[in-house]
Amino acid sequence: MTHRIPVAASILATLIAAVMPAAAQTQPVAAKPAATSKTWAPPKTAEGVPDLQGVWTNGTDTPLERPQNLGAKEFFTEEEAAQRDKAAKEAAARAVGGRDTEPGTVADVHYDLTQFGLARFQSKTNANRRTSLIVGPEGRVPTLLPDAQKRQAARLAANREHQFDGPENRPLGERCILWPHEGPPMMPAGYNSNLQIQQGPGYVAVMQEMIHDVRVIPTDGRPHLAQNVRQLMGDSRGHWEGDTLVVDTTNFTDRTAFRGSSEKLHVVERFTRTDDNTILYQFTVEDPSTWDKPWSAEIPMSRIDGQIYEYACQEANYGMRNNLSGARVTEKEAAGKSK
Amino acid sequence: MIAIAAVMVPATMQAQAYRAPRTADGKPNLNGIWEAMNTANWDLRPHAAAQGPVLSLGAQFSIPPGIGVIEGDEIPYLPAAAAKQKENFAKRATLDPEVKCYLPGVPRATYMPYPFQIVQSAKTIMLVYEYAGGVRTVYMDSNSKAPADSWMGWSNGHWEGETLVVDVTSLNEDTWFDRAGNHHSDALHVVERYTPRSADTLNYEATIEDSKTFSRPWKISMPLYRHVEKNAQLLEYKCPEFAEEVLYGPLRKKPAGSR
Repeated sequence: MTHRIPVAASILATLIAAVMPAAAQTQPVAAKPAATSKTWAPPKTAEGVPDLQGVWTNGTDTPLERPQNLGAKEFFTEEEAAQRDKAAKEAAARAVGGRDTEPGTVADVHYDLTQFGLARFQSKTNANRRTSLIVGPEGRVPTLLPDAQKRQAARLAANREHQFDGPENRPLGERCILWPHEGPPMMPAGYNSNLQIQQGPGYVAVMQEMIHDVRVIPTDGRPHLAQNVRQLMGDSRGHWEGDTLVVDTTNFTDRTAFRGSSEKLHVVERFTRTDDNTILYQFTVEDPSTWDKPWSAEIPMSRIDGQIYEYACQEANYGMRNNLSGARVTEKEAAGKSK
Repeated sequence: MIAIAAVMVPATMQAQAYRAPRTADGKPNLNGIWEAMNTANWDLRPHAAAQGPVLSLGAQFSIPPGIGVIEGDEIPYLPAAAAKQKENFAKRATLDPEVKCYLPGVPRATYMPYPFQIVQSAKTIMLVYEYAGGVRTVYMDSNSKAPADSWMGWSNGHWEGETLVVDVTSLNEDTWFDRAGNHHSDALHVVERYTPRSADTLNYEATIEDSKTFSRPWKISMPLYRHVEKNAQLLEYKCPEFAEEVLYGPLRKKPAGSR
């Protein structure tokens, strides 16, 4: 899986920086869902807890981190936000579709996402006046602690010159083991950023389309798994605080590496349904081996029509096969040339 | 009322007239973590113990015996399909999709030797399988159609008294029923029935039809047992990693073990 979308996002950040005039400070809206002007009570499941069920998308044009030039500006006006979203979609359209590609180039080989309705601008994204998903005056991920930077650097150094040696040298996403957006915390995916929530007595099941991973979260107050049992997606435990589902996740592996995190990663998510078609998703992450303080973000999720289809990653992993066999061919050719 | 209830009990349940506790919306409560306790994943048919396909694993991975789960004990293969099964069996150590950590399909996902969880609400029932993170959504009282074939198929469900009936279509042809090479085509159609038989057991039946492979429909049945241990939960069983040597070993730069 290549990483087109993050590249587009950084281009976008530069565009926004260039285009956006310095706007007047707007009043920040309170982040707590309880401060909405209407008192709206979510419908309840048959068991009497808030009903979060359905198919939702967390797709957004809001970047995780605030573009540097926006400083402490946490919210756009409606108009500025609409501009930002429009510019993001236009940039995405230019990046993936409707462009003549030169035969024999990488751009020409890669499929045109628009044909499959997978281009960023073809997906539903949620309007969001935030300038970044990360909340607060800084709007950026805290700097990595020195040990975490060393860890990152060591990992990269070990793999340098070996990136295509074998499957274990490839990213977890390419190996169909875990995609980076899955978390927790759950982040928007480049396309089909969809999830399904199913509830039953004492459980909330959260399924993400890619890679059909389901967290079945007990809400009965039981303890986490034993410390020595580590999971790529950690171990989640939920409870209700008023109408908010709070999910606490620990027991991560050190391979999960959410933005460089260690196995000490601790994630708290909050799901609050704010109207018929919206869930406010908030998360706080902390890891004393990685960041000097916790950081938090908010991502609105909106209901989408339709059902989630199967994403069978392992079963059709041509990417891995092609990358490895292609690397072997390249090596042979290089060896032949050096004779 | 009791007399009427007895008359409505399906024939397969003559010994049981068990009435399961209800969910808050009045349906039989199937919520829980369940698991089959048999050797169906090795071989649906009755089979004696036998040497496993990997000799170096000795008795540890030998094939345990089983009385079989098929009603009538045989799979009614068409002649060509019967030949294909024998071929599959001979090459099962490489051909079985389970070796590659592929999704097991239906009904195999039900009787793999790992737990699965039923998370039930009124409009949908989610079946979450520990193995390979398999998952299915059963759309209740729905005529929805699959957009395309898939490994786990498309499931529409409805209640018939105490029984959850699930109609599974749009299954692709790439799964096997077991490790013995029992197979099917993309014409596979499965109807499952989940019926509570006691507080901690379900009766599971699956009728299998596939006119390209079998001369008639046939049926498997087995109990499913509830995991009653404290804090039972599905754990993460992401097996793609364990299949990498098999799938990509020959594509490595150097032999396994060196980086």
